[in-house]
Amino acid sequence: MSRHEPFSVARTEELVAQHLHLEGPLLPILHAVQEVFGFVPEAAVPVVASGLNVSRADVHGVVTFYEDFHQKPDGEHVVKICRAEACQSMGGEELAAHAERCLGVSFGQTSADGQVTLEKVFCLGLCATAPAAMVNGDLRGRLSRAGVEAIAREVGR
Amino acid sequence: MSVRLYLPRDAAALACGADKVAKALAAAAPGVPLIRNGSRGMLWLEPLLEVEYHGVRYGFGPVSAADVAGLVSAGILEDPAEVSHPLAIGIVAQHPFMAAQQRLTFARCGVIDPLSLDDYIEHGGYKGLERAMKLAPADIVAEVTKSGLRGRGGAGFPTGIKWKTVLDAEASQKYIVCNADEGDSGTFADRMIIEGDPFQLIEGMTIAGIAVGATRGYVYIRSEYPHAIATLTEAIHKARRLGFLGPKVYGSAHAFELEVRAGAGAYVCGEETALLESIEGKRGVVRAKPPLPAHKGLFGKPTIINNVLSLTAVPHIMAAGAEYYANYGMGRSRGTMPIQIAGNVKHGGLFEVAFGITLGELVEKIGGGTASGRPVRAVQIGGPLGAYFPPALFDTPFDYEAFTAKGGLIGHGGIVVFDDTVDMAKMARFAFDFCSIESCGKCTPCRIGSTRGKETIDRIVAGIDVEANIALVEDLSQTMKLGSLCALGGFTPYPVLSALTHFPEDFRRTAPAVAAE
Repeated sequence: MSRHEPFSVARTEELVAQHLHLEGPLLPILHAVQEVFGFVPEAAVPVVASGLNVSRADVHGVVTFYEDFHQKPDGEHVVKICRAEACQSMGGEELAAHAERCLGVSFGQTSADGQVTLEKVFCLGLCATAPAAMVNGDLRGRLSRAGVEAIAREVGR
Repeated sequence: MSVRLYLPRDAAALACGADKVAKALAAAAPGVPLIRNGSRGMLWLEPLLEVEYHGVRYGFGPVSAADVAGLVSAGILEDPAEVSHPLAIGIVAQHPFMAAQQRLTFARCGVIDPLSLDDYIEHGGYKGLERAMKLAPADIVAEVTKSGLRGRGGAGFPTGIKWKTVLDAEASQKYIVCNADEGDSGTFADRMIIEGDPFQLIEGMTIAGIAVGATRGYVYIRSEYPHAIATLTEAIHKARRLGFLGPKVYGSAHAFELEVRAGAGAYVCGEETALLESIEGKRGVVRAKPPLPAHKGLFGKPTIINNVLSLTAVPHIMAAGAEYYANYGMGRSRGTMPIQIAGNVKHGGLFEVAFGITLGELVEKIGGGTASGRPVRAVQIGGPLGAYFPPALFDTPFDYEAFTAKGGLIGHGGIVVFDDTVDMAKMARFAFDFCSIESCGKCTPCRIGSTRGKETIDRIVAGIDVEANIALVEDLSQTMKLGSLCALGGFTPYPVLSALTHFPEDFRRTAPAVAAE
């Protein structure tokens, strides 16, 4: 029941073509590829490279540099918890540990059943309503232990 | 006796349930107009519901969806002035947190509908561009120079001088780039102004374009800010449709096009040259300077790269005049600074005020002390690369030079408050850890120094050769300060050394390990 399309060369070429008019189109293309397929498949790299007339190494280098782009699909649900200073000052680290327990997955990991990916994030700009998190793109502020438990239920844990 | 409701669409309000409140309002007060404004910046009161009655806005907050029915039956839709309710805060503009500010950049934020150009213009928008259009490019630049505006991203470089360099450069194409990669913890002013008053940024960039002869602009917004990206993208479409962007800006001979670019989760892209690399579609690796971006910037062309707060100050400077702006402030820090009070603080939010206010006033008086009710032990000013100050330094005025003199920096104006449960050795370790995670890897002091620093702090905390290892951290910090290419490696020593200086006891907690491995 993925909300993403299966990888296809033709669809990748189409995404490249849609962005060719931009100056410096690589990041917008990679964002689009990830949006459509849910990740940046290895097989997309040569397609993007040839579309832009750059080397595969160039594209691979960019994909691996940026935290946002991943080479494997995320879980069905993505939970991001802020680990930066403002959230730490409000007990964010204890909450982060609690989230690992409640979700049954460590930071940077996807659960074995593919249900949940837990990621750390450095700052969501919600520093005066800390601790903060993002659940499938939805923002959460003033997160409490109960709030973390509610997130766990929301993502089927 | 008709009323109008305002409820923020700001990300912080959304994170605290504003959309659910909006839904409850639609059900409990059908037909009453509801405007989704930006945030006023009193973030502890978000979601802050405002009821406009006879032109005056009364506030209620923080409102949850469950409070809505009670508020409506208490009479907020009939006469909000007379409502006595535990969430009532009275007239919003007269709230002590608002009344104590000098809002120039944030004057409209939270007041208007962010995506209404009519609202923007009605509240003084595009007055700055109008005046700029009547001036010669060099005179616009001179005005910005005279205002004393300095780069609000953190470096504090005089904005006018940067503009002059680009103005004087000869090139077939020049660019205006806005740095909205606001990655510092404790800062959210860029996000708030983009979500709450996006046309002001568009106007500021347009003025910059006209001033230096640049016809294209980019706003690089971090991907962690999806709402800001959506709001600004929509505002740009509107501005273009109505002739405020495009081949003939405002019916003039000037062309200016603007595009939003999303970052991809790399903190280092907040560094200006890494940001330019990123827009160009490369790894966000820092460039060696010179050449300066003003000479060879985006795609090798002369480029103004300014922070959101620098560019959003420009319309005001142009509209009210350089002297008006420069009259605020102290010493060489002129104008106002949108200060962000965050972390473990009772009244966290956006507080725009002239330079010169003391740190203690901001934390204790405006911020109301800690949210936990415990004593304040440390505040970090200027993000992950800023120093930790103890209350003993609370008499420091908010001013670029005054902070430098005390071994700190004001950076992007974010203050993160910590109570007495904070372990400063842990925070120093985090500074190194953060640097090692976010380093672009180009220069050795940052790439390797950060990891060695983290390991050395671990040894200190474990009680191994404490004094020798502290000396090592201090020495390493000097190397990183002097030898790093950019502020990431160069400023990581600020939090580390300030923690060591002001909180030495936290590094000497363990009795010396006699038989440690």
